Amino acid sequence: MKKIIAMALVLCMIFALTVTAHADDKIKIGMVTDVGGVNDQSFNQFAWAGLQALAEEDPSFEVNYLESKTDADYQTNINTFIDEEYDLIITVGYMLADATREAAIDNPDVKFAIIDDATNADLENVACLTFAQEQCSYLVGLIAGYMTQSKTVGYIQGMVSDTMNLFGVGYITGVLEACPDATVLQYNANSFTDIAGGNTAAKDMITKGADVIYHAAGGTGTGAMNACAEAQIWGIGVDADQAAVLNNDWIVSSALKDTGAGCVAIAKDLKAGEFKGGEHHYTLADGAVGFATTGDHIPADVLEKVEAAKKAIIDGTLTVPTSTADCPTFTLG
Amino acid sequence: MTKNKSFLDIISENRFIHILLSILLGFLVGAVFLVIMNLSVSAAYGRLINSVTSLKGFSYVIVYSVPYIVAGLSVAFSFKTGVFNIGAEGQFVVGSMAAVCTGILAGNLPKPVLIPLCFLAAMAAGALWGIIVGVLKTKWGINEVLSMIMFNWIAFYLSNFIAGIPAIKNDGSAEATKNISDNASLLFSKDFIKSAGLAPTANWGFIIAIIATLLVWFIIEKTTLGFELKAVGSNKFAAEYAGINVNRSILTALAISGALAGLAGALQVMGMGKRISIFTSQEGFGFAGIVVALIGCSNPFGVLVAGLFYGALMYGGSKLNLEGVPTQLINVIVGTVVFFIAISVIFENLKRFKSRSNRNAEAAAIKKAEEKEGNKK
Repeated sequence: MKKIIAMALVLCMIFALTVTAHADDKIKIGMVTDVGGVNDQSFNQFAWAGLQALAEEDPSFEVNYLESKTDADYQTNINTFIDEEYDLIITVGYMLADATREAAIDNPDVKFAIIDDATNADLENVACLTFAQEQCSYLVGLIAGYMTQSKTVGYIQGMVSDTMNLFGVGYITGVLEACPDATVLQYNANSFTDIAGGNTAAKDMITKGADVIYHAAGGTGTGAMNACAEAQIWGIGVDADQAAVLNNDWIVSSALKDTGAGCVAIAKDLKAGEFKGGEHHYTLADGAVGFATTGDHIPADVLEKVEAAKKAIIDGTLTVPTSTADCPTFTLG
Repeated sequence: MTKNKSFLDIISENRFIHILLSILLGFLVGAVFLVIMNLSVSAAYGRLINSVTSLKGFSYVIVYSVPYIVAGLSVAFSFKTGVFNIGAEGQFVVGSMAAVCTGILAGNLPKPVLIPLCFLAAMAAGALWGIIVGVLKTKWGINEVLSMIMFNWIAFYLSNFIAGIPAIKNDGSAEATKNISDNASLLFSKDFIKSAGLAPTANWGFIIAIIATLLVWFIIEKTTLGFELKAVGSNKFAAEYAGINVNRSILTALAISGALAGLAGALQVMGMGKRISIFTSQEGFGFAGIVVALIGCSNPFGVLVAGLFYGALMYGGSKLNLEGVPTQLINVIVGTVVFFIAISVIFENLKRFKSRSNRNAEAAAIKKAEEKEGNKK
């Protein structure tokens, strides 16, 4: 019995030592992930990597993140940061749009930023960080258009929405620019998680002659990329450098989207006292989007042309359409 | 020597102390991990304690614990009646989906009608999920553990399918259902939450959880039905010999257990979640119910306390990152607690070993003494 009491006392002692408060003159930035978690090899991870690099480079920032395990955790996690008096709360992904909106309205003095959502742009204390996904999609579209032998390419989209359609519009415009008589097979998976469905869709496209397939469909797209590797045709990844991430040698390039760049930019705005609500759009010029060359599978002449187009977009001499109306070939929207 | 003996005796005889000790050991193992990772034990556990002891923090704990308590009751009920409801996860999912669908499609009904309707729909869905497995077991002798694990996945994909139906799917871009109607919400009024300084998700769910706890206790301890179910749980054959319809009892037990898990799902979405997202992985409320039932010794009131404990760990644990501590620490602690509770057998064996080695030592000493005497001679 004595031993139990002794043990209990030891634990009480551990508990009794409370947290030491640390100096609070830092700019505190909190990030709330969606259920993908901080190691999702996608937007959560990039956002966190960007913030971490920022804190390392500029010690006046203190950054932290909270992971959401279920859909119901978003509100709790946001409120944790509010209670801890964080200066800026970054919520990652449109799944958090409703929770962010609610918290932003209830706490008008707290500043928020949300990635990949523009529905909160009307709130003064919410910065909506959006990315020019049509630009990076255009560049990989060029790659697909130049590299296709069968003049048939595939495109798989995770969901039909204004933001998602930008991927398709950019890609198809790029493909047709490089290869005007190409056929673009298009498929809306209506899911970002249906790996088997993505795989089937890609196989279907391959039987119809597609020899390059691009996806903007998260996990569904992973299935498509596997199908590409199996059939030994080129796949094009999205968000991350998927050739490296998925260790797939048949991914010729990926349309990169670095959410961290947006987070860093908004954090710097905050430090300079220039935080503004509304939509913040990040483009090729900011280095927030781009394309990957891992594996060196892109032929030199193609790479040259794509780099030239990239330069032209940054210069402003080339604009990629952002509306489905400008791209009649896009049929999903 | 007698002290050691009584120490083990206490553990093996008193379930409460055994569980308390397991929990302490869980935290101790967690502390060891923290030390290995070169992190401050006091900072981590201090944060854990601080975040659940404030009024707001405690109201969060209550909100978090409601689904765990009721899911725990579901599993505890099945334990008492001799079936292992590992399917609480699936029953939870169909229950929450039934509540969400009712809360969306019948959203115009007044609150006093809609809320019970949501509960009923959820309990019916959960009970149905349990009964199907029960029929498979009683009719064709299919092991309930296997079919339940499979039914968890059927529920998982069924929920994802329903969440994609246009009438249910979110109007915005979110991959989730619409929010349930305010009439189906169990939340306290916003003004009350603000003035009392509670968690923004504070709701009536805890009252329902307490009612459910009392009801389960009453059914198990005070009714003929409970007696029959317990009899089947203790010894199926003896119960059958005594004239109890075993198959019907198993079906009833699974139906009630399923209804409880479904109710847990309804409480989660009507209190806290408001919607169900398209799952990418199982959310694990039902599985957590198994842990809670285990910690609560399958006693309804034990489950109530264990559910609060689990909710506190989940809520407090979510904040560990702020101290630079990985939230997985909570999994280490919970895992260790369950481990030590589950291996009560080891304490028994330890006791037996101790007494045997004592006897051996005594025998050896006597032998030695005898030898010495022999040498003297």
